[in-house]
Amino acid sequence: MASPRTAPDATLKNSRSLSLRIPEPRFRPGETADFSSMEIPEAGETPRPAVDTAAKDMRELAYGLIRVLGKDGRAVGPWDPKLDVTTLKRGLRNMMLTRAYDDRMYRAQRQGKTSFYMKSTGEEAVAAAAAMVLTREDMCFPTYRQQGLLIARDYPLVEMMNQVYSNGKDPMKGRQLPVMYSSKKDGFFTISGNLGTQLPQAVGWAMASAYKGDDKIAAAWIGDGSTAEGDFHAAMTFASVYRAPVIINIVNNQWAISSFHGMAGGEGATFAARGVGFNLPALRVDGNDFLAVHAATEWAAERARSNLGATVIEHYTYRAEGHSTSDDPSRYRPTDEGKLWPLGDPVERLKQHLIQLGEWSEEQQQSLHADLVEQVRAAGREAEANGTLHAGDRPSVKTMFEDVYEDMDWRLIKQRQELGI
Amino acid sequence: MNAQIEKTAAAADEAGKSIPMNMIQSINSGLDVMLGRDPNCLIFGEDVGYFGGVFRATEGLQKKHGLNRCFDAPINECGIIGSAIGMAAYGLRPIVEIQFADYIYPGYDQIVSEAARIRYRSAGDFTVPMTIRTPYGGGIFGGQTHSQSPEALFTHIAGMKTVIPSNPYDAKGLLIAAIESDDPVVIFEPKRLYNGPFDGYPDKPVTPWQKVEGNLVPEGYYTVPLGKARIAREGADCTILAYGTMVHVAIASAEAVGVDAEVVDLRSLAPLDIETIEASVKKTGRCVIVHEATRTSGFGAELSALVQEHCFYHLEAPIERVTGWDTPYPHAFEWEYFPGPKRVGAALKRVMED
Repeated sequence: MASPRTAPDATLKNSRSLSLRIPEPRFRPGETADFSSMEIPEAGETPRPAVDTAAKDMRELAYGLIRVLGKDGRAVGPWDPKLDVTTLKRGLRNMMLTRAYDDRMYRAQRQGKTSFYMKSTGEEAVAAAAAMVLTREDMCFPTYRQQGLLIARDYPLVEMMNQVYSNGKDPMKGRQLPVMYSSKKDGFFTISGNLGTQLPQAVGWAMASAYKGDDKIAAAWIGDGSTAEGDFHAAMTFASVYRAPVIINIVNNQWAISSFHGMAGGEGATFAARGVGFNLPALRVDGNDFLAVHAATEWAAERARSNLGATVIEHYTYRAEGHSTSDDPSRYRPTDEGKLWPLGDPVERLKQHLIQLGEWSEEQQQSLHADLVEQVRAAGREAEANGTLHAGDRPSVKTMFEDVYEDMDWRLIKQRQELGI
Repeated sequence: MNAQIEKTAAAADEAGKSIPMNMIQSINSGLDVMLGRDPNCLIFGEDVGYFGGVFRATEGLQKKHGLNRCFDAPINECGIIGSAIGMAAYGLRPIVEIQFADYIYPGYDQIVSEAARIRYRSAGDFTVPMTIRTPYGGGIFGGQTHSQSPEALFTHIAGMKTVIPSNPYDAKGLLIAAIESDDPVVIFEPKRLYNGPFDGYPDKPVTPWQKVEGNLVPEGYYTVPLGKARIAREGADCTILAYGTMVHVAIASAEAVGVDAEVVDLRSLAPLDIETIEASVKKTGRCVIVHEATRTSGFGAELSALVQEHCFYHLEAPIERVTGWDTPYPHAFEWEYFPGPKRVGAALKRVMED
């Protein structure tokens, strides 16, 4: 016969000491990154459910990895979007132009022509492919690392540079930190710079479209680090509850400034898996595979357009450069980590695919690269003629007091007078 | 001239018949009118749909206008305000209810960093015509989480408009003006005034608004412009600057101590009607500022500075502030905390002695 239980006080007493866990990335400066233990499904392995599949019947996709481009550059499996060559070339060009633009603006910041810049190197496929799936009437709610959306939509590079330089022709009138673009006509929502705030807004925009019986959808992007924000939880809840026609893209580029993805809870579970608890379909995608990103975005867009609601897409990628020009990643991660990243580089992989198709060559690649660099250089000259942060024209200081409200109130009028303008 | 008459006649026609209403009814009527007039208006918030809101401000609206015009929201103020911003950017005019002003803080970043700045940061590319309604203030034994007056946290934000009505007519007119404003507006509704005016004597029974003389609210459409104060009581001796619940306390206090005070009901803190304030203080030469919120960095500090800047040479006594104490709102000591007629009256006597 079992002995009677002792008093609760005694049984609940813990004789062991607790210890606080602080997550740390696997590799630090001076060490060599080793990704050999990373589980990477083969291209073509992940099944593609029908667009109207119930979220509960496709949960495994939140833990898999949608990949189309294999090591040999072939497009394989059910997620192959079967894009024509013109579209593939267009995608390659969009990614390369983004990279060339980033390189020039990074140097411009180093030359003191602006205060700040942020590159998207290594993760260009995320924005480039999405821009080619969504229409201009759909609204994108980007972070500061989706400049590729504007570039893919042929937004003038000169205008982007004018913004980065806060010069006399800056469409944002010198009010915003560099790279915080806005272009309603291109379906590109004003970038905040605060993290995660755009997510519930995107859901609301999508709800509005549904409320009006419109045919437009919204898409939002957030980094792996910012999924820790309350706004992410708010957006997921609202997207699920109201079945909003929105695509929630989590760009898992492994790093949030110096904090690795584990600091946002990404060690034991995937970020896509967060969709599961909200009953949202969740796709985990090789973010350096242009075709996979394209296919996943198409799937999610079709689902949203069919009134079936939101999809979460985790783009598994790597931030190849620093967070911004104010960052030095060599202080917190091995310098070769990016080179060892097992999912390669999105530009190289799409190039290889086109070569494999017999539609492209290294020579053409070099020639296109030279053309794009020249395009960026020409735009740069034009933008610099409009002024840079500390030289040449800048927006009229008078405009500093405009657009706070629809109409300027007496306080602002008085303060403008106080400034003497 | 004729056009003006026609406009006035048309406005009277739109306003329709006036009837007695309490503040909940007038707010409900304002929401009803706007749902009827503008298909881009929609309402959401915690418990506002089928149930009609914890204070009943949205009662019957879902049934009358449809499920998607007035619906419940998850308990997530960041999500409520954040999604309303997205809707407004799309082109709708969302009206959201935050159940108590005390609950607004999870949505504060969306207000400060987003709603208020989107017009500015996008150089007018996007705007946020969103209205946030939220009950504020004490006097209902709500303790620290149902009694706060956080208006100064909003007047400090460039790009936000902050509105506080003190009676049913203004509550409806200001609400409609807020909904039609292309800027984001937060309306703090004095919950102690929902059923009837409150003069600061907690033991006196509440006189319902329906029995208050002259309290008539048009059933139809009309607006009270944002940024125009109202002289709630004309007087010659001293100006009292007040808003919301404290307008009624100010009037009762002046009458109790026999000071002929001019009570200015600000109605809107941002934009602020400086002209009316200036004219009144220059006329009386004395100024007492009353609000229920904590004193330090409260809106009274701003008012005091403005009166000093605009009226210094007309002042015959130091400006006084009568406010809530710099403590959280205590449940058991509500009436020691509340800046009631005793404290307002004492301040009036002090400024009159100088």
